[in-house]
Amino acid sequence: MNTGEAVLALERVAVTLGERPVLREVSFRLEAEQFCALIGTNGSGKTTLLRAILGFIRVQSGRVDRAAGAVGYVPQKITLDPGLPLRARDVVALGLDGARFGTRLPSKARTARVQQMLRAVGAEEFAEQRVGALSGGQQQRVLLAHALVRRPKLLLLDEPLANLDVGSTAEIVALLRRLSHEFGAAVLLSAHDMNPLLPAVDRIVYLANGCAVSGKADEVVRTEVLSRLYGYHVDVLRVHGRVVVVAGARDESREALERDPVHTITVP
Amino acid sequence: MGAISAFGLMGGFWSNQPVRVALAVGGGAALVCAVVGLSTVMRRQAFAGHALADVSGAGGSAAYLLGINPLFGFLGMAAGAAGVMEWAQVRDARERDLLTGVVLGAGLGLAALLLYLDMTVRSVSGAAITVLFGSMFTIPPSIVPVALAVAAAALVASALIFRPLLVSTLSVDLARAQGVSVRTTALIHAMALALAVSLSAMTVGAILSTALLIGPAAAALRVARRPASALVLAALIGLVATWGGIALAYQSYYWTPGRGWPVSFFIVMLIICAYLVASGIARLRAGAPDAPPLSGCQEH
Repeated sequence: MNTGEAVLALERVAVTLGERPVLREVSFRLEAEQFCALIGTNGSGKTTLLRAILGFIRVQSGRVDRAAGAVGYVPQKITLDPGLPLRARDVVALGLDGARFGTRLPSKARTARVQQMLRAVGAEEFAEQRVGALSGGQQQRVLLAHALVRRPKLLLLDEPLANLDVGSTAEIVALLRRLSHEFGAAVLLSAHDMNPLLPAVDRIVYLANGCAVSGKADEVVRTEVLSRLYGYHVDVLRVHGRVVVVAGARDESREALERDPVHTITVP
Repeated sequence: MGAISAFGLMGGFWSNQPVRVALAVGGGAALVCAVVGLSTVMRRQAFAGHALADVSGAGGSAAYLLGINPLFGFLGMAAGAAGVMEWAQVRDARERDLLTGVVLGAGLGLAALLLYLDMTVRSVSGAAITVLFGSMFTIPPSIVPVALAVAAAALVASALIFRPLLVSTLSVDLARAQGVSVRTTALIHAMALALAVSLSAMTVGAILSTALLIGPAAAALRVARRPASALVLAALIGLVATWGGIALAYQSYYWTPGRGWPVSFFIVMLIICAYLVASGIARLRAGAPDAPPLSGCQEH
């Protein structure tokens, strides 16, 4: 039972790219300060779903309702050119007013806000360096500050943990968890590996077959729930504290799922 | 004083009207090319800038054929080609290069025909050299107000889109999520680029205008850490190279009596020197022989 005000609510969202239906029926909601992982294998539609939420691609049917105000976004696979004459500080400042035409006058308030954001993400020590010369983990911090500097109610991150080492991954997850509370923002973060996120997230949206199941992690990541979502038997195994989803043989439940018009499973 | 006299500065340099026209038009072109060139290099559109400059040559050739102000010819063709390239809205780098190559080929083919007609129908014998390699000392004074107005328009357009263009350069998706009108920004930049290459083609010629557009920006990006300092440095390099090139070309009349060397040659050489110096500084700073490659040069 959801009681808080929804920052993001999706209702029976379907998206087709070209001829291919990527999302068939996805519904879930996200409340303020909730930290939610969007989990799915490569090609399951995580990026498509985030782009639909942002309004980059048209939704065939269903509704996407976002709370008014800015949305922070960290896209997948940004390659920041080492030749760009942009310091980490400049990138964060562009998050504040980069969409505005014309030039700006220097402002103490603006400088202070950028500095506060650099401090919040732990990027002060490399704030003066060219952003393209920073490590992957440092760049993620800068892009996070860029996304948060306008204090959005909703923060969307597309595979921010990809290509990070284990240490950086844990740091970024802990940072996101903290910032979610500190800034009162709901966070929706996509990833193909749920393990680094499980200790930190409030909820999970699990995508497969163009459908979604959402709820608390220990309620969603279960054999019977995911088997129904995939349309065939999968085993959810727990090995040394890690969760592994193993595909079983496809069976008639897949056909049953395709006949069933209700594809979204919400675990309260 | 002796050194100044040696450069001919006391020998009528400032009082010479073709020189004053060249300084005004060349200065405006250098300034605009530095500003627009910087964003062009950062967006990895150096090849597109080169192609637009070459294509604008067809417009310059047409202007000689029709007997109109050549700047309007350069401008019309460059703006048309920029519009086509932007209208196609190709994001993939390979597809964009292919389209640019097709537009470039079409423009050069048209330029070849028009230059042939210039020589055979209008008997304008020097049109080919002027259009392709520039002839700053033959620019008519009547062009100065128009050229400066074009320069001002390009600078205003560049200032207008400065921040949205930077965000788009980082990532188009990042910009869209932030509310940047990516298409409008790219279109304004394409038109500013057309204005810049037109002015550049008027001064150093269609073929060499890439040097003025890309060179100062590329040199500045080797050493500058901030957008503002890169802008100032690129503008300084462009102005020094252009005005220095004019002074050297003026002086060259004394080296080989009666035959001055082309201004474009000196401008391009000075820009190359600036790039080499900037690269040296970048390597010294990095403390290693292999500094990171420059973004805009990767397209070639």
